[in-house]
Amino acid sequence: MLSYTLKRLLQAIPTLLIVITISFFLMRVAPGGPFDGERQLPPEIEANLMAAYHLDEPLPMQYLRYMGNLLQGDFGPSFKYKDFSVTELIAQGFPVSLEIGGLAILLALLVGLPLGIAAALKRNSTVDYLVMGTALTGIAVPNFVIAPIFALVFGVLLAWLPAGGWNGGALPNLILPVVALSIQQIAYIARMMRASMIEVLGSHFIRTARAKGLNEGEVIWRHAIRPALLPIMSYLGPAIAGIITGSVVIEQIFGIPGIGRYFVQGALNRDYTLVMGTVVFYGVLIVLMNLIVDLLYSALDPQIRYDD
Amino acid sequence: MTTDNSSITAPPGAAPVGESLGRDAWRRLTQNRAAMASLALLVLIVIVCVAGPWLLPWGLAEVDWNAFGTGPTLEGAHYLGTDANGRDLLTRVLYGGRVSLSVALVASFVSLVIGVLYGAISGYVGGRTDNLMMRFVDIMYSLPFMFLVILLMVVFGRNIFLIYAAIGAVEWLDMARIVRGQTLALKRREYIEAAHALGVRDSKIVTRHLIPNAIGPVIVYVTLTVPKVILLESFLSFLGLGVQEPLTSWGVLISEGVDMMESAPWMLLVPSAFLAVTLFCLNFLGDGLRDALDPRTR
Amino acid sequence: MSALLEVDKLSVTFQLPTGPVMAVKDVSFSIAESETLALVGESGSGKSVTSTATMRLLPELARATGAIRFNGENLLEVTPRHMCRVRGNDISMIFQEPMTSLNPLHRIGRQIGEVLTKHKQLKGSANRQRVLELLNQVGIPEPKRRIDSYPYELSGGQRQRVMIAMALACEPKLLIADEPTTALDVTVQAQILDLLKSLQAQYGMAILFITHDLSIVRHFADHVAVMRYGEVVESGRTLEVFDNPRHDYTRMLLDAIPRGRKEPAPADAPVLMSGRDIKVRFPLKKRLFGKSEYFEAVRGIDLSIRRGETLGIVGESGSGKSTLGRALLRLLKSEGDIRFEEADISGLDKSGMRPLRSRLQVVFQDPFGSLSPRMTVGDIISEGLKVHHPEMNRRQREAEVIAALEEVALDPAMRNRYPHEFSGGQRQRIAIARALILKPELLLLDEPTSALDRSVQVRVIDLLRDLQKKHGLTYLFISHDLSVVRALSDHVLVMKEGRVIEQGPSETIFSNPREPYTQALLKAAFLENEVAA
Repeated sequence: MLSYTLKRLLQAIPTLLIVITISFFLMRVAPGGPFDGERQLPPEIEANLMAAYHLDEPLPMQYLRYMGNLLQGDFGPSFKYKDFSVTELIAQGFPVSLEIGGLAILLALLVGLPLGIAAALKRNSTVDYLVMGTALTGIAVPNFVIAPIFALVFGVLLAWLPAGGWNGGALPNLILPVVALSIQQIAYIARMMRASMIEVLGSHFIRTARAKGLNEGEVIWRHAIRPALLPIMSYLGPAIAGIITGSVVIEQIFGIPGIGRYFVQGALNRDYTLVMGTVVFYGVLIVLMNLIVDLLYSALDPQIRYDD
Repeated sequence: MTTDNSSITAPPGAAPVGESLGRDAWRRLTQNRAAMASLALLVLIVIVCVAGPWLLPWGLAEVDWNAFGTGPTLEGAHYLGTDANGRDLLTRVLYGGRVSLSVALVASFVSLVIGVLYGAISGYVGGRTDNLMMRFVDIMYSLPFMFLVILLMVVFGRNIFLIYAAIGAVEWLDMARIVRGQTLALKRREYIEAAHALGVRDSKIVTRHLIPNAIGPVIVYVTLTVPKVILLESFLSFLGLGVQEPLTSWGVLISEGVDMMESAPWMLLVPSAFLAVTLFCLNFLGDGLRDALDPRTR
Repeated sequence: MSALLEVDKLSVTFQLPTGPVMAVKDVSFSIAESETLALVGESGSGKSVTSTATMRLLPELARATGAIRFNGENLLEVTPRHMCRVRGNDISMIFQEPMTSLNPLHRIGRQIGEVLTKHKQLKGSANRQRVLELLNQVGIPEPKRRIDSYPYELSGGQRQRVMIAMALACEPKLLIADEPTTALDVTVQAQILDLLKSLQAQYGMAILFITHDLSIVRHFADHVAVMRYGEVVESGRTLEVFDNPRHDYTRMLLDAIPRGRKEPAPADAPVLMSGRDIKVRFPLKKRLFGKSEYFEAVRGIDLSIRRGETLGIVGESGSGKSTLGRALLRLLKSEGDIRFEEADISGLDKSGMRPLRSRLQVVFQDPFGSLSPRMTVGDIISEGLKVHHPEMNRRQREAEVIAALEEVALDPAMRNRYPHEFSGGQRQRIAIARALILKPELLLLDEPTSALDRSVQVRVIDLLRDLQKKHGLTYLFISHDLSVVRALSDHVLVMKEGRVIEQGPSETIFSNPREPYTQALLKAAFLENEVAA
């Protein structure tokens, strides 16, 4: 198990290297630079700035310098947020994104799994059609439509909840963004769980469980749910990594200081270090999430053992 | 289905044509009312988006100086209202539909071509080549792709052809995996072995036996890729990275609508409704196709 | 003796989207305590539906009418709760699919123990003690270790033993065994049957045995009920029914044993194909770099076959017999010499082999998998002509297809239909037509009859025999079914774990096997009776 984990982490290194390299050079071939503000800077000041950030060096040199700093865990300073290093920005924003995203996934599992199971058990019934129809709506209406409508209806018109703002993570401020973020996940999870549950319920070992004299509740609870969860697990890894690194849409609409917006803003502002920082951070997270999922998978499914 | 001898015997000389799997699947699909309704609605949406703008009195960027941000009205033929600049919303939504749908089709097609070729080659050649090719796909999977697309858009500008290519290049991975899985499974089928035993050439085996039999899951997956692509395009547009003026798309219109939500809610609701209905229908159609092509999943 | 189980005018109807289908019609039979009744029939006869109905495990779209009285109580009318107390406790069931019938995520000890907790409130160490006892009884080696195994760590035979342990845990009065040995190798089959028999004596339970295999019935059942198209056509004491069958269908089933022997090929017939030191190995773990691990499926085999002869290759699953066949036809990479009419063909590449392909043809086991589902029967059969006779036009090819279909006794009018419209036996005939149209000299028959019902099997064997005689074909006949091999082969090669255990003329092998393994195979296949018959 330990050696498997180490091996996987080692295997991730080339992947991350490729990601970093592609992002680095793509970013640099883009026209424009970090100091193209509204106000044209005097040439000598710009030259000074370029030199200070080593942007005047040849590109390969800069690349090596960046990689060297990265090895020491230094993401460099942000060009846009001048008083902060990229590490600080991520350290500030990530807990916020993590909280919103984590809660959204939790909510999605709590709602989506039971809905999927219910639909599978009552296949082709009103319950099934209702759940699946709603789920399809959740998939068909993107969250950049749902989120503003939520903000308008519950925040402005009904004024039940704050329409935006973070307020130090107070509960009322959390509800709308978390719900808006979870809707699509609920829909995906419910659909997936239904399909996988239906498949498991048709398998021979469920017939065996019934032949043993177990009642339906025992059959489903003890024998069907765990195998049906396996495919959901593989979906969750990348999904969680994507969600906890912040949703640009949700953070923009609800004015939440997470890290989701950094990437797009950073890219638009040519804030090279910020973009690179978020890319690396996301890459590492996805590698870790996939690894955790695989390890959990092996805990759920005894046939999968990671001995070597 | 097995049939006994008696029902299959026909008068000598005549050779009745049997029902192929494709026809069989089509029959099952036509019996699925939700899927057929979705198909009809989709065809309608496509026709309206293509033909509608010619029939409407307003142009894409034409400004009605008498109607700035009016709601749906018959006056001045603004059936779904105008935007803040006095442009007819229905006209814009239909033009936007052309862009969104064309992005969906082209990008899905790009992903289809790359995915099928890559997957089929990897699966059919097998061995070390397969290993290497799939390892590459694994690496691609752990790339933060959304980031790359955004980066591409930022770097190369908001060009519609780039959107086609970038989204297509993102979506081919799943297709490649599906096709490879199919190919690997089919390769072991006895009818492929029988074809080898007959001395049929590899190229013929691929075209005559492999592709026709792998096509089912591919079709299903394409119908599920199209809505994904539409969503991705509208997401990019929402971030301000989509198509540029004077072109528009559903995503662009939605993002304009969000800004005007309180004063002109129809500007959000109209393009959102078009987008949602299209996605809804595509998903229903995809589910219907899957059931029709693989009756066991029902 | 009073009846333990009495099935009275049971009918089962499936409400399919295409309309109602009656799978079981007015079936009646009864089983007394500690007696064995065999329900016999071919596929689609409704025998499994009947047994599933007894347990009330039918899918929701099935409706059962009539009565199933167990100890006088109609099981079709009791509450679901009550039925749960009957299942696994008074009546238990084992199934045909040992590989998939156990929950892959639970240890076997837990799966057996669950029945005891449910019905006998047996928990903790008492539960474990009883599970160990059961594992011991069903002959699982090292029960103390195996109790904590997962199903995937066990072989098919062992899994079926675990299923039996689970079924016996509460000492049921009735055990329903639905084709419990069909998926197993013959030697394992015999062991499981012996086990069931001794456990029946020990526990005194009644058994409802569902099978298609008449030789099992003869050895195993006191009574037999023969089913066809959802109805019981004949029932009675096993010996009486076997000795004096009254219904035509029963007679046909009993008669459906491959009989006769092959006429030997002329002694001076030339050797058509030979192989020397043939080895096949498959990579187990593919590594990108470095050494791969291999599984040796065929480990050095010599053989030769003369023109007009049939060489039977016999073995259980995993013995390498199919791999050997494919290697000889150069459908798989192998090491060693393969000669066809003196010429070494082991070095030929794909295009070098192509001219020979029309002379070396093959018929596979799976009638559902060996025909391309999206081509018409005519296209399937004529595909080889396009490769080997490109000069033929459409009309000529069609004429050849019609001739080939007639040759295998199928209606040529079927040529524009698709494979899924045919039954298993018909598909196998189509596969034979596809091979024959090229006028081959050597035909590799890889379990060509194993997936077919007995009655269909016999007809396909007759067809193969006629074709061999008519065209002077040479057969390489691969099978696990010894009675079929015996009826068709001149020479037999017994394989185990990739090696030849024993070989020789068919009569010698069957009447006087030297190796213990061959003897075990023969014994397990119940051949001793048929020799006497």
